[in-house]
Amino acid sequence: MTDVGRHPRIKLYTLSEVVDVTGYVGNFTAKILKKSRYVDEKACTACGDCAKVCPVVRPDAFNYGLSSRKAIYSPFPQAVPSAYVINASECLGHNPAVCAKCVEACSKGCIDFHMSDEEITETVGAIVVAAGMDVYDPTEMDEYGYTRFENVVTSLEFERLINAGGPTRGEVVRPADRMRPKSIGFIQCVGSRSARKGGAYCSNVCCMNTIKSTLALKEHYPDMDIKVFYMDIRAFGKGFEDLYTRSRRLGVQYLRGLPGTVEETPEGGFRVAVENAASGAVIFYDLDMLVLAVGMKPPESARKLQEMLGLQLTPDGFFLEAHPKLQPVDAATRGIFYAGCAESPKDIKDSVTQASAAAARAIRLMHKGEILTDPITSEVIADQCKSCGRCAEVCPYHAITVDVQKKTAAVVNTAACAGCGTCAAECPFDAIIMNHFTDTQILNQVDALLAEVPQEKILAFACNWCSYAGADYAGVSRLQYPPNVRLIRTMCSGRVDEKFIWEGFAKGAPVILVSGCHIGDCHYIDANHWTKKRIEKIHKKMAKRGIRPERLQLEWISAAEGIRFSDTMHRIEALRQTVTASEIADTINMLKPTY
Amino acid sequence: MEKSNSSSPRPRIGVYVCHCGLNIGRTVDCEKVAQKAANVEDVQIARDIAYACSEPGQQSIKADILEHGLDRVVVASCSPRLHEPTFRQMVQSVGLNPYVLEMANIREHCSWVHQNDPDAATEKAIDLTRMAISRARSLTPLEPDTLPLTPRTLVIGGGVAGIQAALDLADSGFEVVLVEKKPSIGGMMATLDKTFPTMDCSI
Ligand SMILES: Cc1cc2nc3c(=O)[nH]c(=O)nc-3n(C[C@H](O)[C@H](O)[C@H](O)COP(=O)(O)OP(=O)(O)OC[C@H]3O[C@@H](n4cnc5c(N)ncnc54)[C@H](O)[C@@H]3O)c2cc1C
Ligand code: SF4
Ligand code: SF4
Ligand code: SF4
Repeated sequence: MTDVGRHPRIKLYTLSEVVDVTGYVGNFTAKILKKSRYVDEKACTACGDCAKVCPVVRPDAFNYGLSSRKAIYSPFPQAVPSAYVINASECLGHNPAVCAKCVEACSKGCIDFHMSDEEITETVGAIVVAAGMDVYDPTEMDEYGYTRFENVVTSLEFERLINAGGPTRGEVVRPADRMRPKSIGFIQCVGSRSARKGGAYCSNVCCMNTIKSTLALKEHYPDMDIKVFYMDIRAFGKGFEDLYTRSRRLGVQYLRGLPGTVEETPEGGFRVAVENAASGAVIFYDLDMLVLAVGMKPPESARKLQEMLGLQLTPDGFFLEAHPKLQPVDAATRGIFYAGCAESPKDIKDSVTQASAAAARAIRLMHKGEILTDPITSEVIADQCKSCGRCAEVCPYHAITVDVQKKTAAVVNTAACAGCGTCAAECPFDAIIMNHFTDTQILNQVDALLAEVPQEKILAFACNWCSYAGADYAGVSRLQYPPNVRLIRTMCSGRVDEKFIWEGFAKGAPVILVSGCHIGDCHYIDANHWTKKRIEKIHKKMAKRGIRPERLQLEWISAAEGIRFSDTMHRIEALRQTVTASEIADTINMLKPTY
Repeated sequence: MEKSNSSSPRPRIGVYVCHCGLNIGRTVDCEKVAQKAANVEDVQIARDIAYACSEPGQQSIKADILEHGLDRVVVASCSPRLHEPTFRQMVQSVGLNPYVLEMANIREHCSWVHQNDPDAATEKAIDLTRMAISRARSLTPLEPDTLPLTPRTLVIGGGVAGIQAALDLADSGFEVVLVEKKPSIGGMMATLDKTFPTMDCSI
């Protein structure tokens, strides 16, 4: 930690938040709001003379209120920067006439009540999101009585209790009466793996954290009666099973089943009722103190950062990576990387591993000092553009600028363009070329596909990241499906232009399938929303023209859904068989005049 | 409307149908697919090949490109998600633009999923290859752009992850701006005493 404070190439802003980010990969501009510390960070030697004279005493949030501190304080002994900080809302002395005792006490003159918040602008080429996590607040889980009973603590509070540098100097005592407990119960999965309260996911570290705590307790207090109530013990990491075995060998009892109720006894202890999963019998255990192994939740600022940086979140609220297997530290937006728990709950080792990977990915991007843009980007044909602004409206990356008032032609920022092709599909004047997925290239494929016996074939569009990959997965799994489907790959389903569909029907396609990533999983932020809207629009037009709308199908198939892909192919083939020769002939006739 | 290529000479396309050992060859009649492809307009040469991605396979395609003056290459084999980079590099190594390569997926999307119907699978492979040829015909060379870049990184959050990322970047010679909302860096780890699995102090 101290290396960070000293490093000549690291500029550290504490008490700071990023409030706005503009620009694109290679050149982002970040606005940072640095809140006032009221203490000169560089001059302060952390002697603590100021705190001695400060008359305000407050619970110390670092110790979860288990101890107290002054209004001017050091966050914790090893803090970086080590400088003291004033909590302005607690300090009396904003007006020196009232207090300002610390100002007099500080011989170096570090304290300045007139220091104000600063706004700083920094330009960067890459961004690493390492906003960490928050811990589940178990107050809502009334059955465990947290906050109702003082001797029910969270695992985090317990960490401070057993910490040699903590409020009790490492003596484990009950908060209510400072008595050393003879027995302690740990309750696992608090706020995790529950559809009802907290998150549905496993928080990854709480099993091991509990095992660690039991070992620390057994080291200090070999006779202590320790019970752990759990659903499963997840000790899958390197060296974890050893710790679990050691804990059991030292006499810690692991009992399967989570308590249904917790009742306080007159002595300040608890009677815990646990149903035996196998027999259904309820067993009661008496314990002096309870520790709730609380889970992790996404960091409070996740949503704000997601919006600011144009990122995506999983349904759980953690940041979504570009690919769960092959790009686990990249955001879908180029130049942004994830590290640590912000991406998903994990332990220190995994956080550090991911952080090093994120740094390597950022270096890979930056080391040449210039950036190569992927040429699969869109391009505007200026003389054909009518400056309607549609492309700028649909681009998920805000990569297109067009002045609708001044009627200047649209311009694509190729560094920002991710190549989804939505703009090219939406431009009403065909003024956009989507490189490597041009209209001609795709129409050529459609025509080749339907050149012979079109009535027997299924034309299907599949996006590169989800549905095409889902079809690959069906292949890897050797799932057998009707052999008359032919896929055309586009990078995004958003590329599928209305004219491709009409061309298909005009050339005799009985049915057409458009497939892409599930809504919310789009590789191009939310380009598939436009796919959905476009298909709805075409369905209406089909109905108006007397073409059965069912003949155009839209399906979301993820990269992992080989079975769904195969099932869809069976379903579409069944649908194809309902399309009669005269129906196809009518459609071809109907569409002729427009071509 | 697109940029017209009408002034340029006809494309010269080479088509390679891969057996992938028995993976494709057992189900799809690769020789027939190659024969059909050979009759398509603009195709200069079409042949089947045991393993297109192998060193000898690539060598023979490269020799063809030079000998027949090919300017487009179609490889009918596995998924482009697997070997597109391989074959792009292959064409690039003999002076072609990597974007004039096109693939037809006759393994994941064909031989593996129609194992019980070799005739239909062969018909499908012929179609997929024909589609790839027609697409290849209109492919154009593409060049990446270069833009200037600011070699600095913004790290949001000063927990153990942010600290590690910042130090790795800074030690590699890149500037870092580390932003932490609390008065000190350290994050959750700073509150822990001993940490698993080493059971030693966290900071
Ligand atoms: C009770 C408990 C015990 C644990 N015990 C262990 C253990 O023994 N061994 C182990 O390996 N792991 C343990 N872990 C897990 C460990 O704490 C995490 O793996 C690690 O802290 C993750 O680091 P991080 O940097 O991703 O997140 P954090 O430590 O949460 O750090 C994130 C930092 O980002 C800051 N931040 C957040 N949002 C913003 C923003 N918008 N702008 C600026 N800054 C922001 C936060 O203030 C914080 O400083 C434990 C976790 C818990 C909850
Ligand atoms: S790590 Fe253990 S306690 Fe935590 S959520 Fe997963 S199973 Fe439950
Ligand atoms: S949608 Fe087409 S016409 Fe409209 S501004 Fe964009 S490029 Fe120009
Ligand atoms: S291709 Fe997609 S990302 Fe690129 S400019 Fe068009 S809409 Fe935006």
